[in-house]
Amino acid sequence: MRDETVRLALPAAGDATERPVSIAIVAMGGQGGGVLTDWIVQLAENHGWVAQSTSVPGVAQRTGATIYYIEAMPPLDGRKPILSLMPTPGDVDVVMAAEFMEAGRSILRGLVTPDRTTLIASNHRSFAIGEKIAPGNGIADKGAVTGAIGVAAKTEIIFDMNALAIANGSVISAAMFGALAGAGVLPFSRESYLDVVRAGEKGAKASLRTFEAALDRVQSKSPEPATPPPPKATDKAADNAPAPAAVDPRLAGLVARLTRELPESALAMARAGLKKVVDFQDIAYGAEYLDILGKLHAADRSSSGAAGNFAFTQAAAKYLANAMTYDDVIRVADLKTRSARRTRIEGELELSQDQVLQTTEFMHPRMEEVMGMLPAGLGRWLGGKPRLLGWLDRRVNKGRRVRTYSLPWFLALYVVGGLRGMRRRSLRHAIETAHRDEWLRAATQAVGTNYQLGIEILQCHRLIKGYSDTHSRGLSKFDRTLAAIKLIERREDAADWARRLREAALKDSAGKELDGVIQTIKTFA
Amino acid sequence: MAERSFAREVEDLRLGDGDTFRGEGILAITKALLQSGVAYVGGYQGSPISHLMDVLADAKDVLDDLGVVFQSSANEAAAAAMLSASVMYPLRGAVAWKSTVGTNVASDALANLASGGVTGGTMIIVGEDYGEGSSIMQERTHAFAMKSQMWLLDPRPDHECIVKLIEKGFELSEVSNTPVMLEVRVRACHMHGSFACKDNVKPAHTIKDALNNPRRDVGRIVLPPAAYEHEQEKIRTRMPAAISFIRDNKLNEWMGPKQAKVGIIMQGGMYNNVIRALQYLGLSDAYGNTQVPLYVMNVTYPVIDTEVAEFCVGKDAILMVEEGQPEYLEQAINTVLRRKDINARVHGKDVLPMGGDYTAQVLLDGVREFLEKTDPRLLGNRPPAPDARPLLGHPAIEKLKQVVPARPPGLCTGCPERPIFAAMKLVEEELGQHHVSADIGCHLFSILPPFNIGATTMGFGLGPASTSAFNVKADKRSIAVMGDGGFWHNGLTSGIGNAVFNKHDGVFVIVDNYYTSATGGQDILSSRAINKRRNTNNSIVQAVKGIGGQWVRQIDRTYDVGKMRDTLKEALTTKEEGPKVIVASSECMLNKQRRVKPQMNKAIKDGVRIVKERFGVDEDVCTGDHACIRLSGCPSLSVKQLDDPLRDDPVAAIDNSCVGCGNCGEVAEAAVLCPSFYRADVIHNPTGWDKFKSKVAMAVIGWLQRRRDRRRPALEALA
Repeated sequence: MRDETVRLALPAAGDATERPVSIAIVAMGGQGGGVLTDWIVQLAENHGWVAQSTSVPGVAQRTGATIYYIEAMPPLDGRKPILSLMPTPGDVDVVMAAEFMEAGRSILRGLVTPDRTTLIASNHRSFAIGEKIAPGNGIADKGAVTGAIGVAAKTEIIFDMNALAIANGSVISAAMFGALAGAGVLPFSRESYLDVVRAGEKGAKASLRTFEAALDRVQSKSPEPATPPPPKATDKAADNAPAPAAVDPRLAGLVARLTRELPESALAMARAGLKKVVDFQDIAYGAEYLDILGKLHAADRSSSGAAGNFAFTQAAAKYLANAMTYDDVIRVADLKTRSARRTRIEGELELSQDQVLQTTEFMHPRMEEVMGMLPAGLGRWLGGKPRLLGWLDRRVNKGRRVRTYSLPWFLALYVVGGLRGMRRRSLRHAIETAHRDEWLRAATQAVGTNYQLGIEILQCHRLIKGYSDTHSRGLSKFDRTLAAIKLIERREDAADWARRLREAALKDSAGKELDGVIQTIKTFA
Repeated sequence: MAERSFAREVEDLRLGDGDTFRGEGILAITKALLQSGVAYVGGYQGSPISHLMDVLADAKDVLDDLGVVFQSSANEAAAAAMLSASVMYPLRGAVAWKSTVGTNVASDALANLASGGVTGGTMIIVGEDYGEGSSIMQERTHAFAMKSQMWLLDPRPDHECIVKLIEKGFELSEVSNTPVMLEVRVRACHMHGSFACKDNVKPAHTIKDALNNPRRDVGRIVLPPAAYEHEQEKIRTRMPAAISFIRDNKLNEWMGPKQAKVGIIMQGGMYNNVIRALQYLGLSDAYGNTQVPLYVMNVTYPVIDTEVAEFCVGKDAILMVEEGQPEYLEQAINTVLRRKDINARVHGKDVLPMGGDYTAQVLLDGVREFLEKTDPRLLGNRPPAPDARPLLGHPAIEKLKQVVPARPPGLCTGCPERPIFAAMKLVEEELGQHHVSADIGCHLFSILPPFNIGATTMGFGLGPASTSAFNVKADKRSIAVMGDGGFWHNGLTSGIGNAVFNKHDGVFVIVDNYYTSATGGQDILSSRAINKRRNTNNSIVQAVKGIGGQWVRQIDRTYDVGKMRDTLKEALTTKEEGPKVIVASSECMLNKQRRVKPQMNKAIKDGVRIVKERFGVDEDVCTGDHACIRLSGCPSLSVKQLDDPLRDDPVAAIDNSCVGCGNCGEVAEAAVLCPSFYRADVIHNPTGWDKFKSKVAMAVIGWLQRRRDRRRPALEALA
């Protein structure tokens, strides 16, 4: 059969290739996507265009991802164009994303294509529930979106429109409208955009300010407002600035010792660790930190750690500090009563002179916590008296609303925070120390035969976190993980399995995934 | 009080001859009803119909001027039954709801209405919630129209066309004595567009006239033998009358060239996307100037045989564009052509998908395949059609698939339902998992992360009824959840009454947030606001007791997580027999904020002492386990990465959208989580005593703090 399709010419019926301008707004419910949509429609109608917008409010409105869609084009000899009700992948001129992962989603939907789409996206993040509930770090990788934008968008206008809007006292829709004006994809003047914003009733002034800031930002391509790069510990290790005069000479001694005894690569972490430990207890405790770290570093050296830039010592500097600064009642009371804490809250609330601030803490102490504070001997004795313990627990164990800045409560917290002098004799400290020693022993043993496994065991400390039940759950995961590692420590791929165990433990709170990996290990261990 | 005020939009309802209406589709429909001279309107809210109900509720003055009666019906069945006013009297009436769910509820009344027939024009406006973004099961209203024989209008998504069809629809209903359904899809309901207005029309015959001059006719009542007569009447009289009217008034449209090898027949609602698909293929311009003949069925039931035949005769093939399944229209067209022995081949679901949205992309593929099979010459100079698929295979975008997180809908910031489900999670930890029947409403979001509660949902207000089989003695009891909306919709009888009567031992939680919140916050019987036009403040607890409930607990502040948990535990373990009913009440936060925020800001401005509450997290106390988030899911409770090399995991953080509902603190306390949450109370316009107290306390506190700061080793050397 002859194929004659390509040779036949078909005269165009009209401007068949001329299509309306199409704009998709991807947002989450409650982000003001509706207002932005109305503005764009108004803008087009003010120029005599026919504009049509659609959206699906429904359940998506409640924090779910949603999409608004606009098409607009001038009428032809009084005839209205026929406009579509939803975006067609590959046929969208402008995609506006009110959040960075939503920009990613629009790319996945095929709305952003390199031949025609201008992507206007705010690169701030609003985390999805799945990212927030992971017991570890569940935050999605922003870099993947940046990478995809580079491939998919014809033009990109990306900056933190949310921050710009907040700085100008308005909401993100105004910033996005400004970015649209700045992008110059629609044939309308700056003035006509302004007219639309001005016509709005509420907050027109703040909207105008935000609109103009965003417009200028796009047109001048000025860099992000200069925020100093986050101070990295490594930067500080590098500059050996002389210590301020008021430094405690004993502390200066510890710093000198740290610099002398530890390898360059671990200095930054060790300084941060030392600081945390001293802040938690006292300078003597800092010395203990350096003692233990020194021993771990010795093990690292004898395991030819130099070749690996002393990664074991680096990990030890980090997790040892965390292990030594366990979360107890004394620490919580101390942190809650510090002056810096109140200053921070006042700053966050932008408290003014004529306002009065009070805070209420939601505490739920149990007898366990009280016991932990007692001297080890007394605590153990009490532990052996379940009936007495139960009687005491019924008196202690209840939710308490603590009004931090009322004198009686503050004094109570202040006294507890001051108990740090007793801390090293306490039952909790004894338990923590024993647990810590056992963990470090396992890591030191491993590092001699399997360097990476040693590091992995150190990193398992990340599993211990929280208070009360959360803490016991974390502790139990930690213990199960270490026990499972024990089963396979002689295998060559032990480090890989250790990492897998740890990652599984961080996936869900109940530890179901962890149990799964342990089952797998048991099949071959 | 609805979530949104339509005070401005209501003004659009007053537009008249010579004015142009610009706005949402659902408002255009409302305006069209007034232009048609309706005497009464009713309905039940639900996306995409809510705005119609809200506008009418806000439009009291306009309706009063016209003498139109408006009612928010108790449910869709009540709304449908309301149409009986048009059976004996020449009253035009309209009702509206979300379909197919609302039509399911209403179908008993609809079937009776359609059988006896109507005198006045009656119109049922259904928001067809089908396709992407829909919140319900994917079904079509079409079957209801066919089974009860009601005419089904499916106008092109264009305000002019929709308004015209409504006006003509009332006439159609009257000439054929048959109720008419007008189907509008979700996007068309929320579509912004324009049309040239006409003046509103006062109903010629009013409800008052009818009441004062009652009429009855046994022949219109569905009782044998009249019911048998109705069926004959439907076939012999009403259907032919309707067909003539539709044909004479050209309700269906013909477009494009008269002569061609192929043509496309479509539901009116599909028109815009079909044109876009043709445009991509170079067969139409943007203004609908098509080179392929189109037959647009703005009326999809009944099918007008003669029109179909006329369109198909002489053509090799036609394509039937019909969204959803089963393919009723395709079957009908085939029947017409076979009976008349017309040989055009009928394509449809062979080139188009059986289910799902007919987007421009889907139609582009389908129409192209149709033309390739039947008239490939038409595709001669095919321009490049948009196609994102090659791009989606790029590694950078493939990678994105693993990264972009799902974003399921969830409860709003400060939602009073959150603590209820947090308490249920706590009970679950203690007593194990239970069988939980969920229901329709915001509380259905509890089936999603982070709560993951709820096993089934069977329909609005049917949560309790759907546990009715679990009425045996066992180690665990069933739990049913329903909202106050569902309770008044039918749950009082189908759920609670049913459980009392059958001595059901289960636990029934009624989530009372003072409104039907999921549909936009409309008032109901138990709403606590004073509504001048409605009777509110009727107690759910009294209703439950009135129907025989014995074990009833009211919790008037759901944020008390501890009490909520203990009450649930008691309900699950008590030896008392019969249903255990817990009414958990707190106002919908979205509505509350809308009500309270302006008042509060005004009070602060006026110098009144106001305490504003907000929650915060001490980031150095938080250990980054996120247990609090797993028991909450509040949008304002999030995580943030600290700039601390010693920390691996992000800590909890509360952003400034927090409304200070207290859930975080209550949960932290009840679940014994961690002491990092605090509530900050900021007193605006403090009294002299406030200031004095704070000053004295802070003087002492400051002295103590400085004392301890001095003793702390200065750590700057390590900073």
